[in-house]
Amino acid sequence: MELTASLSLVRPEIILSFSALALLLLAAWMDQAGRFISILAVVALGAAAALTVSSLGSGASASAFDGLMVNDAFGNFSKLLIYIAAAVSLTIAPRFLEKAGAMRAEYPVLIVLSCVGMGIMVSATDLVSLYIGLELQSLSAYVLASFVRSDGRSAEAGLKYFVLGALASGMLLFGASLVYGFAGSTNFAAIGLAMDKEVGLGLIFGIVFILSGLAFKISAAPFHMWTPDVYEGAPTPVTAFFASAPKVAAIALLMRVVLEAFGSQVLVWQQIIIAVALMSIIIGAVGAIGQQNLKRLMAYSSINNVGFILIGLATGTEQGIAAMLVYLTIYVAMTLGGFVCLMQLKDKDGNYREEFADIAGLSKTRPALAAAFAIFMFSLAGIPPLFGFWGKLVVFNAAVAAGLLPLAVIGISASVIGAFYYLKVVKVMYFDDAADVIAESDDKVLVWTGGILAAANSPLGYFAIPALGVWTAVAAKALF
Amino acid sequence: MIGIEHYLVVSSILFVMGVLGIFLNRKNVIIILMAIELILLAVNINLVAFSVFLGDLTGQIFAMFVLTVAAGEAAIGLAILVIYFRGRGTIAVDDVNRMKG
Repeated sequence: MELTASLSLVRPEIILSFSALALLLLAAWMDQAGRFISILAVVALGAAAALTVSSLGSGASASAFDGLMVNDAFGNFSKLLIYIAAAVSLTIAPRFLEKAGAMRAEYPVLIVLSCVGMGIMVSATDLVSLYIGLELQSLSAYVLASFVRSDGRSAEAGLKYFVLGALASGMLLFGASLVYGFAGSTNFAAIGLAMDKEVGLGLIFGIVFILSGLAFKISAAPFHMWTPDVYEGAPTPVTAFFASAPKVAAIALLMRVVLEAFGSQVLVWQQIIIAVALMSIIIGAVGAIGQQNLKRLMAYSSINNVGFILIGLATGTEQGIAAMLVYLTIYVAMTLGGFVCLMQLKDKDGNYREEFADIAGLSKTRPALAAAFAIFMFSLAGIPPLFGFWGKLVVFNAAVAAGLLPLAVIGISASVIGAFYYLKVVKVMYFDDAADVIAESDDKVLVWTGGILAAANSPLGYFAIPALGVWTAVAAKALF
Repeated sequence: MIGIEHYLVVSSILFVMGVLGIFLNRKNVIIILMAIELILLAVNINLVAFSVFLGDLTGQIFAMFVLTVAAGEAAIGLAILVIYFRGRGTIAVDDVNRMKG
């Protein structure tokens, strides 16, 4: 009875694991069926998402497998976001991978397996399940990064991601072993109880190691060095995936670990989070300035945005967590949109272009694409009429309400530096002489996805605020 | 008498050697894979030592999970290394530099 109850709480993960295995078998029988299997994978993700939607607004929380995992509003909200982001990166991929000769059935299977891992990550309430989820996600991601085997850059990206990701897992694991030893348990609630009394040196070491490992996974400075290289080298649909779904999962995991396991000792981790947030904002803004490659630019942009998201965590309040979730949702829409635009940059021979020089004067030859790209850039910069502004507003609001005024001031000033390179993209597209290398796009899927995401980021997005506000508030409550 | 601190010292030394092996090694990517294994084994020593010391089995079960994942990780690492070698004809660390900036 206990087992059936637990199993029914992890239905999304079960659906996805079984469909990944079934799709893998199907791929063994059907050659060249990458597209068909991608569609089936999107259907499976949709089914899993439907299960999470039903419990979005409810504050119920149930523990599964003797405290290894939990099914609550926070986990369900994060999962929904992850599944949507994964489905988008599956939808936009086929043309790109076919061009590279790599539209194999393993791509959707790996994405689905990675989603299982991410689902476990966001609902883990024990160090063991945390580790298993994280590794399932990471191992799939290493393969995805090097998916285009014939491209030297892709293999190099996979190698770099693997080495640094394995190092990060090792650090996280070392921290987990120390926390286990000094707190006497791997369960978050039990660790929280043990930390109520006093925090010795061993525990502090453990917390620092765990936070460093997770900072690696969310590509927060000073552990961001892999991000630009991996984002540039990985195939663009994979980069879009890396910048959205795994980031949501790792940030959600960080929130749960920090608040449920270490929640009683805010002072121990708050300074670390504040330092990491500020460094990410500043490095993300300054590092992007000299970049010529648009994918590297998006990598720095994601480092920068992670910094803003972490400001919400630094507050340690319910309002801050809800603000983070709002920002995360908007961030996923902005980043996916940016990459969808990048993927439409094809020259007349059908080669994909990704340099600044290629988009010069894009507004004259491809006005709609340039307008969509401009919307995403303005939104990422947080310029008011667009939806990106709302995310920054709620996060800074939470920081001010929690008395972190200096943090908010430095963050806002640094976002001005960040605005420089976002606006540079717009300037190059609208005011430079036309380079005329980008041809008309023939991929209707990309045009439609880009259009929908652009609409979500435009002021139309504000219609989503009431629902988003309720869901994130309920989700944030689950952590306290 | 060997106490918990002796185990911690050994595992910390192994961990630091593993991390240095990744950052100081300029020769060969295979050595990096070995350094990663070293880090994971340092963690396992920690987990098992704590498990015995606390009289709690969780640590040993955790160690089994780590061993299993380490095997998968090594397999994926070597697979990526093979496709990298096919494209470039070298696995020297200094040559992993197609992307910079």
